[in-house]
Amino acid sequence: MEKLGKAIHEIHSLENLAEQDTWFCRIHPLAKVLVTLWYLALVMSFDKRDITGLLGMSLYPLITMILGDISIGQAIRRLRPVLLMIALVGAVNPFFDRTPCFAVGKITVTGGMVSMTTLFLKAAFAAAASYILVATATIGQICYALRKCHVPQILVTVFLLIYRYLVLMLREAERVTQAYGLRAPGERGIRKSAWGSLAGHMLLRSIDRAQTVYESMALRGFRGEFFLSPGERFVPVWQSIFYGTAWAAALAVFRFVPVFRFVGALFA
Amino acid sequence: MHMADALVAPAVGAAMYALSTAAAGFCVKKVRLENEPKKIPAMGVMGAFVFGAQMINFTIPGTGSSGHLCGGVLLSAMLGPCAGFLTMIGILAIQCLLFADGGLLALGCNIWNMAFYGCFAGGFLIWKPFMKRGMDRKRITAASITACVLTLQMGAFSVALETFASGVTELPFFVFVSVMQPIHLAIGLAEGVITAAVLCFVYEARPEMLWNAGRRKAEREGRFSFQKTLAILGAAAAVAAGAVSLFASSLPDGLEWSMERVAGTAEPEAAGGAYEMAERIQEATAVLPDYAFSFSDSPAGTTVSGLAGGAAVILLCVAACYAFKLFRRKKP
Repeated sequence: MEKLGKAIHEIHSLENLAEQDTWFCRIHPLAKVLVTLWYLALVMSFDKRDITGLLGMSLYPLITMILGDISIGQAIRRLRPVLLMIALVGAVNPFFDRTPCFAVGKITVTGGMVSMTTLFLKAAFAAAASYILVATATIGQICYALRKCHVPQILVTVFLLIYRYLVLMLREAERVTQAYGLRAPGERGIRKSAWGSLAGHMLLRSIDRAQTVYESMALRGFRGEFFLSPGERFVPVWQSIFYGTAWAAALAVFRFVPVFRFVGALFA
Repeated sequence: MHMADALVAPAVGAAMYALSTAAAGFCVKKVRLENEPKKIPAMGVMGAFVFGAQMINFTIPGTGSSGHLCGGVLLSAMLGPCAGFLTMIGILAIQCLLFADGGLLALGCNIWNMAFYGCFAGGFLIWKPFMKRGMDRKRITAASITACVLTLQMGAFSVALETFASGVTELPFFVFVSVMQPIHLAIGLAEGVITAAVLCFVYEARPEMLWNAGRRKAEREGRFSFQKTLAILGAAAAVAAGAVSLFASSLPDGLEWSMERVAGTAEPEAAGGAYEMAERIQEATAVLPDYAFSFSDSPAGTTVSGLAGGAAVILLCVAACYAFKLFRRKKP
């Protein structure tokens, strides 16, 4: 199963990105989480026909990706599944909303076309913002930020544990399907008679593993709380605060003031 | 069924976050009361298992297509609805962050559509009553298929409702629902059969691992009252809707507001030789006076001027970033 291998590769490449020793990666994760949520709320609050205003929001992913050495191509590749779903919902807009908005030459641009474009842009910006967050902060750091926001400990611990065992489980699933594929060449998936036993055995082994994991964690002093490793260092607090407030203010300006139209007026 | 951020308006996203948070709060309290420390690593590993198992394709006979496990129902049947719900939150958050499967703002919606229905409706309303008079293969199969079909139908309906309430699509609500429901009926049936096969295997191999196994008449005291939770969730929804509607109210233009406060007018007039000269030059060279084409009254001019301005700002920022990077690299 190719997608299992791809998923493992994706997780490793994101981990490598987030563990880089750059200024962006060393900003406090709480600042990054809050900026991301603020950005998403602002992007989604744009009217479905306000393309010009929405374009102002492209600056955050662009600037952060360039300065943070994050691959724009990789971010675009991640967009594919998101855009598929958006296409399903947005592609019908031009058929249902035929109100003419403006004309470019002989082509009349309708409200549906505009709203479809804004929908695609919103999806792209939102996916890029989430990608920037995980490419500059490890899952451990995000969990740390969630605890700082008083998200219940049990929820954060479960989240972290799922992440820790994800690669292990994906590898096991890959091994199981590979072994099945070798014994049943030419089959596209798992046949009905093997559904229960194949996944069931994997499940029982996982639960047994969970008990072993718990016991070793308890022996190492696990009491439900987790801490950041001593090697993880952040930039001075004032820099993180500056990063957060500067972006929050800049994004608010682009949301509530038609900056692009003012700049456009310079050409007018 | 994972909703992307673009399909959710902030008010809808916030309301769904509030509802999901209320449900998560209830589950956290329940799991804490159970006081089973061994359950926490089991939740983590089970979450990772569901994630891995969902990537395995199970061939659906006679269709040429394949299906996956239904995570919510499986987790409820193994860990119980509350622990299952918390585990599903972890899975959905990781899918959103690592694989861009569902948005961060839409996470509240996705938790509600997949985890809440799968675990609460699937666990409390379907699995538990089915197993009331004992557990056997037939009951497990019936409960799994019923739970998967019904919870997927509820989830699909919620997706249509949330998208419609967000106002992002021109597709009429009934058309959207009539597209979503039949597709998810077929998916639910397939997922139900796969989930039933796995749960039947667990029942044969290690029956004590299933939730409520051998506890027919137990837990009369402190039993979960679904009516009470619904009442609390309803009240939370009303409060959340009231609060977010304030957020959704129209805000004045920031610059105009400031100008009116400071100068008493939104458009102060300038006088003087320099201003008049600048105005004459501007009139002579203007391609897009007053954000419109000088040769036409088409409203496209406003958009074009905005786009031109936007392109200029974006180019400037990108150039500045690259210049900054170049400068940074040259530094020893």
